Amino acid sequence: MALSVDEAVPGPASDPTPHARRRTGGGSRARAVIEGGLLLLLAVAMLFPVLWMVETSIKDGRDVYAVPAQFIGFDATLDHYRDVFVKPGGGRSDLSVAFLNSVIVAGASTALATLLGVPAAWAYSRFTLKAKKDQLFFILSTRFMPPVVVVIPIFLMYRDLGLINTKLGLVLIYTAFNVPFTIWMMKGFIDEVPAEYEDAAMLDGYSRFQAFYKVTLPLLVPGIAATAVFALIFSWNEFVFAIFLTSSSDVRTAPPAIAGLIGGTTVDWGLVAASAVVFALPVLVFTYLVRKHLVAGVTLGAVRR
Amino acid sequence: MGTVSAQGLRKSFGDVQALNDVTLEVPDGSFFVVLGPSGAGKTTTLRALAGLERLDAGTVHLDGRDATHDPPAARDLAMVFQSYALYPRQTAFENIASPLRARKAPADEIRTAVAQVAELLHIERLLDRRPAQMSGGEMQRVALARALVRRPRAFLMDEPLTNLDLKLRVEMRTELTRIHRSLGGTFVYVTNDQVEALSMADHLAVLRDGTVQQVGTPTEVYERPANKWVAGFVGSPRISLLACHAEGDQLIGAEGWKLPRPQWATAEDGRPLLLGLRAEDLSVERRSDVALDGELYGLEPLGDRALVDVKIGDAMVKVKARPTVTGTRGERMSVAVDLDRAHLFDADTGLALAGTGR
Repeated sequence: MALSVDEAVPGPASDPTPHARRRTGGGSRARAVIEGGLLLLLAVAMLFPVLWMVETSIKDGRDVYAVPAQFIGFDATLDHYRDVFVKPGGGRSDLSVAFLNSVIVAGASTALATLLGVPAAWAYSRFTLKAKKDQLFFILSTRFMPPVVVVIPIFLMYRDLGLINTKLGLVLIYTAFNVPFTIWMMKGFIDEVPAEYEDAAMLDGYSRFQAFYKVTLPLLVPGIAATAVFALIFSWNEFVFAIFLTSSSDVRTAPPAIAGLIGGTTVDWGLVAASAVVFALPVLVFTYLVRKHLVAGVTLGAVRR
Repeated sequence: MGTVSAQGLRKSFGDVQALNDVTLEVPDGSFFVVLGPSGAGKTTTLRALAGLERLDAGTVHLDGRDATHDPPAARDLAMVFQSYALYPRQTAFENIASPLRARKAPADEIRTAVAQVAELLHIERLLDRRPAQMSGGEMQRVALARALVRRPRAFLMDEPLTNLDLKLRVEMRTELTRIHRSLGGTFVYVTNDQVEALSMADHLAVLRDGTVQQVGTPTEVYERPANKWVAGFVGSPRISLLACHAEGDQLIGAEGWKLPRPQWATAEDGRPLLLGLRAEDLSVERRSDVALDGELYGLEPLGDRALVDVKIGDAMVKVKARPTVTGTRGERMSVAVDLDRAHLFDADTGLALAGTGR
């Protein structure tokens, strides 16, 4: 009964492949080799672009264009990484400003979505509301369309409101996209916490909100963390709104800024690759941190009930 | 003071009418048990008293004051939940201290109060543990301690013993009665276990499908059940009901048997009735003229006694007998009936005939 949310989430499947254990003949060994080979092939195909990106980011400009391409044996350099953050003449580069903008926009929109979404999810989990299922479906339906469908109307509205080319504008639109997700995912986590904890707290003498704050909220911390990371990754990676709604380099976030490096007469692929690596790192780290919830959190959190 | 009064409580969940005009008067200092099968609305009744359910209709008065719209915190009640609902991240001490902390009691007062109640329930050694490190019985005691640490208007208990094993349940039954005697206070106790209800209650309300069937002392409910449903629900083994009707000075059974008509059996002749006979008011050992003839159907030895199933025509009666009783299936048997203790119900309405049993 005293199941915390953390314990309720099953870890990633850890059982060794059962059929490899069951039979011990030569057939199973051949099977394992084929399986391993296929997986390796898939891994190479998937990881090659990543490997190429990392390689390009530490290659000298002329080695990038070398024919035949060199996988090893080139002179490694960190110049491109320096160029990501520092202007050639000194001072902060445009890209470093873009990264800072990304941190601000993604952070603020995630904080806002969590602040709005968690109490809403609590209400949907605990209270009898009219047409609750329809409301929840409506909330979810805002995520049915890809952003590009609504980007024109949003652009026109933002132009009238003076939100074009502002960080606030991006924060608001990302929040709008993250709140439904937060509500759905958090509702799943809150459903897992027995409502009787709050009932007991109310009889202890706490108000309804105090009961939520004192008893339920501490149990939700792992869930909130997982949900927030998902929201953060969405905001961090978002490209369509960012490129349509911003134009100046002091507002622009990293995705359009990196895309902006391509074009013109010469492309400094080393710089593009280095900034892409810098851009990908935070997401990789966060994804690693919540890998347990990545599968379990979504299925258990949102789909059940 | 600690009176709890519920008038005409109604509550429905969707199409399900959980409470249908429930009225209860819990006197100050009583051990008031609400007994009923699962789904009868017992828990909903208790939650309504606690202020955890919004009622469709009805009022709740605490100490004579209308508290229908008071939030739970303002009602000054304590509750023990069936699932215990102990806060998982808190130690037993913190759990027990919670009601005092919520009311901003000073720290030394909290420590004294928790120590006292821990001693009362013998859980001193558990105080540093979290719920996950406790057994069901231990959690149950901590949940009880969280309620008893304060002196609220009334204690509400929602089947607190249901999740315990039998031995522990019997122990805690005695213990709760002891606690009620030593602490005083008003207890409203919900259970589906009639043994619990009969042994602990000084007032008993029997609930079925959201309506109160009967209120009285355990003896009253057992000895004078208001209708055939209560008669069937309270008492183990279950009361045997035989279809019959009155004719002149006789009761004539549907299977052809005849018994003298009790004086108090006021029903008009020919009206379909049900004769209710409890196992202990029947005997296969005693010789009597007031008896039913049947044949032995089954024998259930229970150690201290035996239950004998006797077939009277197509109907079956259960008879309590000494454990030494023997017999073979199909053997003719005469079942002596203690008619002074029998019950008669109207077969159509199910209601007991006035004066039944006495």
